[in-house]
Amino acid sequence: MGEIIVCRCRDVTLEMVEKAIDEGYKTVEELKRKLRLGMGPCQGRTCMRLLAGILRRKAGLKPEAIKHHRIRPPVRPVPVGVLEVEAYEGED
Amino acid sequence: MKERTDVLIIGGGVNGCALAYYLVKRGANVTLVEREYIACGSSGRNAGGIRQQWSTRENVRLAMGSVKIFERLDEELGCETDYRQGGYLILAHTEEEVKQFKRNVSMQKSEGLEVEYLEQDEINDIVPELNVEGIGAIGATWCPSDGHADPIKVTIGYAEAAARKGAQIYKYTEVLGFRVEDNEIVEVKTSRGSIRADYIVNAAGAYSKEIAKLLGVQLPNKPYRHEILITEPVKPFFTPMIISFHDNFYFRQTPEGQIIGGWGNPREEPGYNYESSLTFAKNMARLLTKYMPKLRHVNVLRQWAGLYDVTPDARPILGPVETVRNFIQMNGFSGHGFMVAPMTATLIAQLIMGEKTSLPIKDLSLERFKGEVVKEVSVVG
Repeated sequence: MGEIIVCRCRDVTLEMVEKAIDEGYKTVEELKRKLRLGMGPCQGRTCMRLLAGILRRKAGLKPEAIKHHRIRPPVRPVPVGVLEVEAYEGED
Repeated sequence: MKERTDVLIIGGGVNGCALAYYLVKRGANVTLVEREYIACGSSGRNAGGIRQQWSTRENVRLAMGSVKIFERLDEELGCETDYRQGGYLILAHTEEEVKQFKRNVSMQKSEGLEVEYLEQDEINDIVPELNVEGIGAIGATWCPSDGHADPIKVTIGYAEAAARKGAQIYKYTEVLGFRVEDNEIVEVKTSRGSIRADYIVNAAGAYSKEIAKLLGVQLPNKPYRHEILITEPVKPFFTPMIISFHDNFYFRQTPEGQIIGGWGNPREEPGYNYESSLTFAKNMARLLTKYMPKLRHVNVLRQWAGLYDVTPDARPILGPVETVRNFIQMNGFSGHGFMVAPMTATLIAQLIMGEKTSLPIKDLSLERFKGEVVKEVSVVG
């Protein structure tokens, strides 16, 4: 059987997620740190929704009990050069 | 929750988890309580640098001891920590820094560290892409056995290895108070119930001060926000951590190619602040492009913040306090708790088990602040 990918940025599979849940990592933030999912270029846009579904099914959590991961700026990837122009044109 | 334990560790950061590991390895019964989850604080928020180049002898010794442990840590813990000795390149921008760095190098050499002072025209031998003249670097120090690891992997690695050997780890468990009799803690009240312990270790990072306050112990530590960012991966082209105290700035490239780095805002006020700022993003972009112009094309993925637990001399507080005999401090790491953790945890484990500590730690006790202290100056503040 082929592997099911949950986080395609970091190649995290369903099997890895389920194993980590069995080991006691039962929140989104813990799974993010344990498996690095959601830390790639898409910043969790695909995998975090899937992860919530897996937690609901596998850990028996109600949807409202699943705390979503904290979205970090800049939300979408931004080139360093764009921010650099800001640094010189801004007041800081 | 169980009724009693030999040692209760407060805090599931790298120091608490490493201590749990070295204690269970010595046969102690260990319980660790963490208000949230493992590595949720500064241990999961830093850039993973491991350096031995310090201005105070105690810090050099702690860090050198730590590096010896890091060198075989994957094997010891049975996991991958991405440890790599890519070196640390510390840049000097002023004549004053040159003098200080030369003094540091000679002290570090006397401790047996392989480290050298580089003239301006030698810096590009280590990192060819660095814009040495543009950033105004006039010299540098270089230690090839410095390096970095993934701090989350190290912290989780210690926690899981400790748990396999029998340590009890209670996540989402908050310390609410203590019962003290005859200057000794006899019971710790937590959100999961009470537990008795022979020793209680305060390894709560930037919140250690709050834990100590529950016992009437005043720690001089202050929490300072420190921000950091990471880019998308690009082909790996340099291995050292590059650091400038002058610009209050450091960055490195991870083995898979991401650029990770931080800048300390000199105007930062103490406080429990985890917000990300645009001021930080702009200043990082300004410095990254100044140091390596080609980095302007790389995409920033994410920025976040963590807290430094800063003491007046930027050195940790280790060991017992006078007023509460079994209350052991393991905090105040001032922004370099990750890199020394293997060694500080070994020392505290030795202290608790009544062994001779492999380095003297008396000079790092809380009581030192009663007198005059020697400040660690090699820091990004």
